Amino acid sequence: MHSSADLFDYALRLGDNGLVLSQRLGEWVGKGPVLEEDIATTNVALDLLGQARLWLAHAGEIEAREAPPGRTEDQLAYFRDDAGFRNLLLVEQPNGNYADTIARQFLFDQWHVLLLGRLVLSRDERIAEIAAKAIKEVQYHVERSSDWVVRLGDGTDESHARMQAAVDSLWMYTGEMFTIDETERVLIDTGIAADLEALREPWCSHVHAVLADATLAVPADSWMQGARSRGGKQGIHTEQLSRMLAEMQSLPRAYPDAHW
Amino acid sequence: MTNEWPLWEVFIRSQHGLAHKHVGSLHAPDAEMAIKNARDVYTRRNEGISIWVARSSDIHASSPGDRAALFEPSNDKVYRHPTFFPMPDEVKHL
Repeated sequence: MHSSADLFDYALRLGDNGLVLSQRLGEWVGKGPVLEEDIATTNVALDLLGQARLWLAHAGEIEAREAPPGRTEDQLAYFRDDAGFRNLLLVEQPNGNYADTIARQFLFDQWHVLLLGRLVLSRDERIAEIAAKAIKEVQYHVERSSDWVVRLGDGTDESHARMQAAVDSLWMYTGEMFTIDETERVLIDTGIAADLEALREPWCSHVHAVLADATLAVPADSWMQGARSRGGKQGIHTEQLSRMLAEMQSLPRAYPDAHW
Repeated sequence: MTNEWPLWEVFIRSQHGLAHKHVGSLHAPDAEMAIKNARDVYTRRNEGISIWVARSSDIHASSPGDRAALFEPSNDKVYRHPTFFPMPDEVKHL
């Protein structure tokens, strides 16, 4: 039987992916390559932020069962340090050039849509509800980022080279998406969490197909960051996260009562 | 920039509207991307249920200088307006 600490941790993992990636995408606001892309990227960021709010609010409700009143979504977002975050290493990586941003989005979206496809069947009713709402948004995300991978990969010599370099450099962060630790194992056994190992094969087949369309090579298998249950999901992050959080959290920490 | 994306005109059919209405324009490399961009730029607040895009260069307009010749002759021909017929209440969207 799982503990409520496991469930709390799992809700953080789901929420922090969206929160961190939306903050990263938000860094493009006003600086996108073209106006239309700027708006589209912001839309994706807002979708992910909306999902993160639901997951983190749910985490707070789980926490409240053991230690009322439990933290609010804002307290969880702004008053945890990097070691308290449970997002994948992939989503905290910096924006880089536009190919880097698209590659990060593509590798994540392809996994995210599969994950939500499993979570709509979760035995935790609230998790299933949030997943059902989120999956419609993420189906569009995956279509958009895959489209861009093909356009840039099968574009000019320069866009092809940059897209390949981006996929190559982020590849080592993809292993973590499919490794299961103790927390997840016990929640998978009780029918609440998604079986990540089962996502690997469909993810590989979708990703390989898009890369082939884009005339890009699938990177060779190499050392994967965050393997052996020592990665973002366990709170062991790259230095990129704390730099990002410093900016994201500075205002509510300096003015805890600030509001719009 | 020399390689600017072409301009597209965007038409949205709203929730209750029967016809697509021109809402604005945007840049995109091709029609597929123009529709995606239109979705993101013009339907963020649940405005539409259908999108049309057309290359701006494919749209031909009447010349403002021809306005008098094109439109003024109909001004004094009231008999062309169906205002002499009673409209049944059941008929919608006229």
